[in-house]
Amino acid sequence: MSVEALSRIQFAMVAIFHFLFVPLTLGLSALVAYMETRYARTGDEIYLRMTKFWSKLFLVNFAVGVVTGITLEFQFGMNWAEYSKFVGDIFGAPLAIEATVAFFLESTFIGLWMFSWKRVSKGVHAAIMWVVAFASSLSALWILLANGWMQHPEGYVISGGRAQLVDFGALLWNEYSWVKFFHTLMSAITLSAFFVMGISAVHLLKGRKSEMFKRSFRIGATVGIVASVLIVFSGDMSGREVADYQPTKLAAMESVWHTQKAAPFYFLDVPEPKHESNLVEALEVPNLLSLLSYHDPNATIKGLLDFPADQRPPVAVSFWSFRLMVGLGMLFILLAFLALVFAWRDKLQKHRWFLWIMSFAIVLPYIASELGWLLAEIGRQPWIVYGLLRTSDAASGAISAGDVLASLIAFVVLYGSLAVVDAFLLVKYARKVEE
Amino acid sequence: MTLQIVWFILWGVLWAVYFTLDGFDFGAGMLRNFLAKDETERSVALTAIGPVWDGNEVWLVTAGGATFAAFPNVYASMFSYLYLPMLLILFSLIVRGVSIEFRSKSEGARWHSFWDWALAISSFTAPLVLGLGFGNIFQGLPMAADGYRGSFWGLFNAYGLLTALLFVALFLQHGALWLEYRTGGSLAERSRSLASKLWYAVAALTVVFLAATAFATKLYDNFLASPLWLVVPVLAVASLVGVRLFHARSRAFAAFVASCATILLVVATALVGLFPNLIPSSLDPAASLTAFNSSSGPLTLKVMTVVACIFVPIVIVYQFLVYRFFRAKLTRADIAEGEY
Repeated sequence: MSVEALSRIQFAMVAIFHFLFVPLTLGLSALVAYMETRYARTGDEIYLRMTKFWSKLFLVNFAVGVVTGITLEFQFGMNWAEYSKFVGDIFGAPLAIEATVAFFLESTFIGLWMFSWKRVSKGVHAAIMWVVAFASSLSALWILLANGWMQHPEGYVISGGRAQLVDFGALLWNEYSWVKFFHTLMSAITLSAFFVMGISAVHLLKGRKSEMFKRSFRIGATVGIVASVLIVFSGDMSGREVADYQPTKLAAMESVWHTQKAAPFYFLDVPEPKHESNLVEALEVPNLLSLLSYHDPNATIKGLLDFPADQRPPVAVSFWSFRLMVGLGMLFILLAFLALVFAWRDKLQKHRWFLWIMSFAIVLPYIASELGWLLAEIGRQPWIVYGLLRTSDAASGAISAGDVLASLIAFVVLYGSLAVVDAFLLVKYARKVEE
Repeated sequence: MTLQIVWFILWGVLWAVYFTLDGFDFGAGMLRNFLAKDETERSVALTAIGPVWDGNEVWLVTAGGATFAAFPNVYASMFSYLYLPMLLILFSLIVRGVSIEFRSKSEGARWHSFWDWALAISSFTAPLVLGLGFGNIFQGLPMAADGYRGSFWGLFNAYGLLTALLFVALFLQHGALWLEYRTGGSLAERSRSLASKLWYAVAALTVVFLAATAFATKLYDNFLASPLWLVVPVLAVASLVGVRLFHARSRAFAAFVASCATILLVVATALVGLFPNLIPSSLDPAASLTAFNSSSGPLTLKVMTVVACIFVPIVIVYQFLVYRFFRAKLTRADIAEGEY
């Protein structure tokens, strides 16, 4: 395999692995800060125990998130040197700003939080966690400003064979990035809410510490319903951005082969990329696809066949990851709604079937989040910077396929071991209820 | 033009601060197993770096990000040319981070000793490979106009290895001084006695390094051209002597500060010597990556300068306050109470 192919596999792996830890850091930091604030306000020991229980899980997750994030910071230079040279003028800035304004804050204050339980007041301690939560979201914003530029480049000129920044405002206020940030944040909060509800459900099923877990579940359900509904809005906005700026991704994720006006939506649709058509198209709703994509029932959707073959993204992955993500998103609203009703009526322990479902549902938002990224990144192909630079022109020239194969194997072994240890610790702390 | 020089300086400052801060937790990480004699002392030594190591490491992330933003060609070349060493550094940092965080997360002698050794080894390999990389950058990488001619094994030359040893020795001393300053009782005593022995190794390696630099690199050319800059290496040596003097008078904190100054000034010496190169070419001076031929455009540099001028001082202030907050000496009692 080529340096490019191996580097793509490696980047996919280290990014997917890193993103297993990011959403929980984003969401659970705020939930823990909220729990601790409740403790500071009320002095109720249950909230203290709750804060400690969830923060242990948070810290285990956070540690792996931090160390796997460092890899990504250097991946661009190591494996994607041509990309780095091309975009460094623009892409490097948000990365450097992220470290300076956000990651410093997050890392310094999490250290302070861990080691200051007995040395500052309850309120100050809770405030420190709010700083961590704020900083992690700020960090996500800058990373997504960088990624948003790869999706929808703005504010640049091409000079001397590379992109040069001419309008920082255009980079900063890139609509694509902000929509993506909002979508990522809402999905992270949903994931964290399901994490809290799922683990609480396991304990409620076993009848342990029911008051603390009932309250945790209620917090999860309340936050979960709000965030999962907002995902739909942010998802819709994301879809609009794609429709406006990334027509090839739109065509691939909806598996539209022929350009059509007033395009229908098929609830049952199976693409067959080999034959450049769909195997099955059934359960048709007229005009719906045009309406969803452009908020106009008569809008025209450009089909894949009207793009040169070398500009089409992989259709099957884009299509299925999109469909599955959306389906899961709908399911989250349903589950969060039921959770809210049962939790506020205090009927959770009566509906054991539901607690079972919620305890298994922990994994679903993880799957949905990763699918979202698969769509975002694979749907952008063959471009690494949409419309400007092809992925095939972006890899490092100075490394050999042997180098990358060695590093890939090493990453698989190291990350595999990390996953095992992390899972062991998460399970340990998820089960451990202190008196 | 001016902003390119500003960013050359900032680039150097970020690396220098990174080495100064992560340096002592590398050192403490390497020494912990040998200085701490029981479980409580091992916890004390870990707690001495526990609250701050993560914030320290962000200086590396910032140095990397700033290289990307201000000198994209340097970022692309440095990390792809030095691909395997960079991989070793990443792996060391990953293992080190989880060692520190995971050690206390479960019980049992085997669990603890596994992470103790993981921390010790990774805290050694990270500065070793960083030193190897920078030693080679000081000499110049074999870059021709049409690309890189170097190999992984080519990095293991005498001067590269010497720089690697110097990094490890500097950080060992730095870590020993930190443990002496932050802890009490017999752990502080053992750290103290080791720090005074290590000083001789650091002094000897520094002398050899400064001499070898004259033969293996062109770093002295700038000093010969404008001898006023010699004040930087002179101060580096003076602060190293300061470490000794303060240490002999039992002023652990002052000795640690002098050790910080030593590391900062050693890096500053190298940067004065490198200027305007970030990565000199050992084959063809025209192929060197300089502050002028590898920087970003004017707008990016301007934006980054504004951000750096506002936020880097803020970061320094709150990190300083956090260090102050954790200035009380750690004792066995702190560990016994739990949740320090």
